[in-house]
Amino acid sequence: MILEARALTKVFGGLKAVEEVSFKVKQGIILSIIGPNGAGKTTLFNCLTGLLSPTKGRVFFEDKDITNKKPYEITTNGIARTFQNIRVFGSMTVLENVMIGQHTRSKEGMFTAILGTKRFRREETEIKSKALEYLEFVGIEDYADALAENLPYGDQKRLEIARALATEPRVLLLDEPAAGMNPQETRELMELINRIREWGKTIIIIEHDMKVVMGISDWIIVLDHGVKIAEGTPGEIQNNPDVIEAYLGKENIF
Amino acid sequence: MKKLLFIIWLSFLSLPFMGIKGALYLFLGICAVFGIFIFLKKSFKKVRIPEIPYNLKFLIIGLLLFIVFLPLIVKDYYIDVAILAGIYIILALGVNVVIGFSGLLHLGFAAFYAIGAYSNALLTTRLGMGFWGALPLTLLFTSVSGLILAFPALRLRGDYLAIVTLGFGEIIRLILNNWDSLTRGPNGISNIPAPFIFGIEFKGLSSYYYLVLVSALIAIFIVRRVYYSRIGRAWLSIREDEVAAEAMGINATKYKFLAFIFGAFWAGLAGALFASKMRFVSPESFTFMESVFVVCMVLLGGLGSIPGVILGSLILVLLPEILREFQLYRMLALGAGLVLMMIFRPQGLLRVETTRLRGKK
Repeated sequence: MILEARALTKVFGGLKAVEEVSFKVKQGIILSIIGPNGAGKTTLFNCLTGLLSPTKGRVFFEDKDITNKKPYEITTNGIARTFQNIRVFGSMTVLENVMIGQHTRSKEGMFTAILGTKRFRREETEIKSKALEYLEFVGIEDYADALAENLPYGDQKRLEIARALATEPRVLLLDEPAAGMNPQETRELMELINRIREWGKTIIIIEHDMKVVMGISDWIIVLDHGVKIAEGTPGEIQNNPDVIEAYLGKENIF
Repeated sequence: MKKLLFIIWLSFLSLPFMGIKGALYLFLGICAVFGIFIFLKKSFKKVRIPEIPYNLKFLIIGLLLFIVFLPLIVKDYYIDVAILAGIYIILALGVNVVIGFSGLLHLGFAAFYAIGAYSNALLTTRLGMGFWGALPLTLLFTSVSGLILAFPALRLRGDYLAIVTLGFGEIIRLILNNWDSLTRGPNGISNIPAPFIFGIEFKGLSSYYYLVLVSALIAIFIVRRVYYSRIGRAWLSIREDEVAAEAMGINATKYKFLAFIFGAFWAGLAGALFASKMRFVSPESFTFMESVFVVCMVLLGGLGSIPGVILGSLILVLLPEILREFQLYRMLALGAGLVLMMIFRPQGLLRVETTRLRGKK
């Protein structure tokens, strides 16, 4: 088990956004978290990555307790994420955005930077070449010198993925990667996610596009009103009456 | 339309001290200038301007020679202005680290400047230390004061941070003003000794000029190096989006502290140079206006751009000196200039160019 949540609960005032959610993630799978709007999916993500600290419950990463750790510590440990509403560093170049991802994997300090030592320069070139590799991997290397804010929407989403990959995570969390994409872009995205998996990374996705979810997931968790109502393989989920009810409402029996 | 509105607004501003007639003349005058400008721009589009062949290398070498031999060419008065410009460049570089790179709106930078100046003044006059002996301690004091301010201030964001730093600036000034036994209050500290190099006292203006020149070059060099390292990138990412930066593994708190300390360090250097150049410090030199003035330099040149900051400081120091006859309208011109900037070029004079350079593979 690479990642495990135990009875995770997050309460905002009187609202239970996430309630007693437990799940385990096996190494190397693609796990999808689905559910209607407001089901608590992003809140769950935020609890896993340290942006929010859970009211109750624990999170374990590779059998280490990472509950209440700071976001940057969790990223350093090996969990990276993208955001639902794009959060690229707009006035930095595309290349620099990805170079930021390498931050935790590099260590040169202020003094070697000022002196411009050989070690510092070697590390900088290494960061740069790695960043370019990640850009090539997601397919936007041609824009390396453009400002991130000038990229089209779909490419900004790719940039976020490249930036997250640059932190060299073992678990990658994607928050609605296909939102706002056309069918062509969605296909390319699915192909990209599959390639990331082949790299040996574990991937957790929040997604509304059922074609994506059913097409690439190994395992699906369904949330509704903060509660986990089902989990299973795509086939099992499609036929689960609770899930159908959550999405479509109860069958009218009268 | 924007231009017309601006002209009307400017004329309106000048009403109180120029009268209706004067304001009207001003309005017509600026309209005429803008008209001619637009006309010229249009007619120039038709005429192909021949490209003047020039060599950038020669230009830079020429400029360098000019800077190096400046004291031999010009009158003392201009050297004085140049020294002041150099000190402000160092100070503005420090402000730029905090405001421009890290996006932390700090409105009390005069406090660090003051701490630098007073540390130097007190260490040299009270303890009889030399400039060079006092310098490391001065820099240490200002850096530590940056650290101390960072503790309460960095719990806050945006507007709240601005208010706290503004308060800090005033507190330091009031302390300097009222702690008579140490700082002699509003009377200030005089007879600050000049620095020695190899036993020779810095007497003439030109030796100060070179001291400030070398310091400014060192400051530019170091700030540049740090800017282009992973530390600089971390600062920028915090400015752009703190949440995303944290999610990318950047310890935002640590880097904000670092920005405060690093920025205060340069303000301390500027303060020490200022004190030993003026031979005299008093709280009057470190008012809130001073902080605003430096922030204006950074804004004018372009937030976060090092060449921009240098240009901004040069403009804001030199312009008032050149326009001495128009003393009365100095603040008006500064305000109007900034408003103009915000309308027509909000990114600052040199902003875009440098971002392009930064990404070069």
